[in-house]
Amino acid sequence: MKVLCVCGLGQGTSLILRMNVENVLSAMGVSADVEHTDVSTASGTAADYIITSHELAQSLEGHSARIIVVNNYFDNDEIKQKLGEAL
Amino acid sequence: MKFLEPPLIALDAEAASAEEAIRLAGALLTEAGAAEARYADAMVDSYRERGPYFVLAPSIALPHARAQDGVIEAAVSFVRLKEPVVFGHSANDPVQLVFALGGSDSGEHIALLRQLTTLLSNPAHLEQFKQAADVEAIQQIIRGNEQ
Repeated sequence: MKVLCVCGLGQGTSLILRMNVENVLSAMGVSADVEHTDVSTASGTAADYIITSHELAQSLEGHSARIIVVNNYFDNDEIKQKLGEAL
Repeated sequence: MKFLEPPLIALDAEAASAEEAIRLAGALLTEAGAAEARYADAMVDSYRERGPYFVLAPSIALPHARAQDGVIEAAVSFVRLKEPVVFGHSANDPVQLVFALGGSDSGEHIALLRQLTTLLSNPAHLEQFKQAADVEAIQQIIRGNEQ
């Protein structure tokens, strides 16, 4: 299973999201290949799931991955809930 | 690596707009010698181009640009706004806490982000950032996080 965490530049906020997503997945006992990248690279990258903000989700419409929108990147409960619903 | 050291913190600063708030946080990086003045321009340009996606949580924004936009040393600055301002985010407006990231290409960048993520993923810390009376109180939160 491949998960992409996506932000505008692919350097700062997507890495923060990735850290918390990895923590949550590991707590859920799910093993996954988690990467972080910018929105334009993500458009051309195959993945099972893309996790990003509402703002950027719109530019990823049409991607074959299931898109998960997270509002609060620091709220591991929200991340866990959204992942739980999607996986 | 400079992580929220006292010269990188401004409490109850006044900003009339998101761009002004980003510039205040950028100016702290520049004054501390962690970024060139053009880095603040690059953060504002990124905001104009890509929107407020970096408003990562209710009332928290983490503006940043690329390392090659003038970062001298990996650093994080913090501006607490006297009055929250609207960044245009669908879920997390208005913003009161602005952490500007000056990322480098080094491993320090990751260490910095990890420290910031741990700090901000704790709801108690957030409340402390909002309530802290002075820079020393902020330093105490950070020291508590490192222990």
